[in-house]
Amino acid sequence: MAQLEVEHVSVAFDGVRVLDDVNLTVESGHIACLLGPSGCGKTTLFHAVAGLSVPDSGRVLLDGRDITGVPGQLAYMLQKDLLLPDKTIVDNVSLPLVLRGVSRDAARKRALELFDTFGLAGTADRWPSELSGGMRQRAALLRSYLFSQEFMLLDEPFSALDAFTKADMHVWFLDVAERFGTTALVVTHDVDEALELADKIFVMRGAPQAGKPTRIVGTERIACPRANRANFALTEEFLEHKRRVLELLG
Amino acid sequence: MSPRPNVSRPGTAGRTSGVNPLVGKLAAPVAVVALVALWQLVCIVGLVPSFLLPSPVTVVQALIGDWQLLAGHAVTSLAEAALGLAAGIALGFAAAILMDRFELVYRAFYPLVVLTQTIPTVAIAPLLVLWFGYGMLPKVVLIVIATFFPITVGLLDGFRSVDPDVIDLMRSMGANRAQIMRHAKLPASLGHLFSGLKISAAYAIVGAVIAEWLGGFSGLGVYMTRVRSAYAFDKMFAVIILISALSLALMWAVGALRRALMPWERSGD
Repeated sequence: MAQLEVEHVSVAFDGVRVLDDVNLTVESGHIACLLGPSGCGKTTLFHAVAGLSVPDSGRVLLDGRDITGVPGQLAYMLQKDLLLPDKTIVDNVSLPLVLRGVSRDAARKRALELFDTFGLAGTADRWPSELSGGMRQRAALLRSYLFSQEFMLLDEPFSALDAFTKADMHVWFLDVAERFGTTALVVTHDVDEALELADKIFVMRGAPQAGKPTRIVGTERIACPRANRANFALTEEFLEHKRRVLELLG
Repeated sequence: MSPRPNVSRPGTAGRTSGVNPLVGKLAAPVAVVALVALWQLVCIVGLVPSFLLPSPVTVVQALIGDWQLLAGHAVTSLAEAALGLAAGIALGFAAAILMDRFELVYRAFYPLVVLTQTIPTVAIAPLLVLWFGYGMLPKVVLIVIATFFPITVGLLDGFRSVDPDVIDLMRSMGANRAQIMRHAKLPASLGHLFSGLKISAAYAIVGAVIAEWLGGFSGLGVYMTRVRSAYAFDKMFAVIILISALSLALMWAVGALRRALMPWERSGD
């Protein structure tokens, strides 16, 4: 469990200001969503939070510790599963441990203990090319989890999946997050997905290419308990949240 | 309008569609046997004088009769090819890794690497013999020049084929350059490396033979020049067949190594 704070982060590329004074806090054990249209700079913010790039100004704090520009602090997962084709599933998911210097056998053992929980039973010795998209994303999530149980950054993790698999993955993800007390920041451009997953939604708006840097224009808190999220979309409450979020998006 | 020939259905593999798999497998061997039979027939009928074109039977007789001599020469050529190939691979690896690591090295030396490919092997071989004598060295150097290019380019292409997001992901996991090379770039380049190696393996044998033509004490190229000056065309053909067979065997070995080292390629079939 960990708390993430992003303070006054601004980023520019080649003189074009992409992010302007972004501030956000994800409390320990919460799932927050960053919601915004494609091309608004969500991934730019993610790179800055993950320490893969250094913002022009501002800081990123994990439990109060300054991690600005320091990679290797947060688990990071993308829309693409990015499993390495030459490694079996168990070797793929245990890679973060191996990179940290854990022996291959010990890393495999740690990973295998979690295979059932992550719905990956029986896939340990398969090649990534033999698994379905949903299974591959589960493996990618387990790999992120093995890297860091404290905080996960997920960049459109389910957007490449078909609607049915996606709905299943949402329920499953909330269950796993609940069980491990994971704190997560999820990027999405899908309003419904944000409403189904998040305790808190940060709405981003801007068009950096048109000279309007992206900023956070509002925050929506969702109180619906995780256990009720599967049918949340059918409620009046959901629609009210959705109306407000859409207004913020403009 | 004439009726269209059997058009392959969409979704079926274009090249094998409509061909019985067993017939497809036998097509090449049958064609070879038919050509050899035709060759034999041409010789028996006397269409071409036998001192110009020996018959397949006499070629095989030459191959068997000179077997021990040929084997000795083949060992020399194979040793040169193996040494040249090993040095070419080592050099290719070093060049590719340096060029991948330092953009400036890539910009400075990549055109030179391409240039080495435009040097005609046959033209540079006499120079190498002048510089390095009649021993093994000029042969090995020639093979290195011929083989290191496909390996370097194959590796570089492979390194660059890695999805930048994979590299970002690994960096986010705290991986250093060496770990990214070891876990992502090298495995991704294996396929490219083996494609380059297959070509290099064939170049290596041919390179050895060409270098031996120009001088040396033993080797298939040396043997070839001797039988040529004796107008022993049956022996010429025998040695040509042996060279082809060695090249094929080496290429097959590269393929076998590829299958052993890249088991994930066979999955998902």
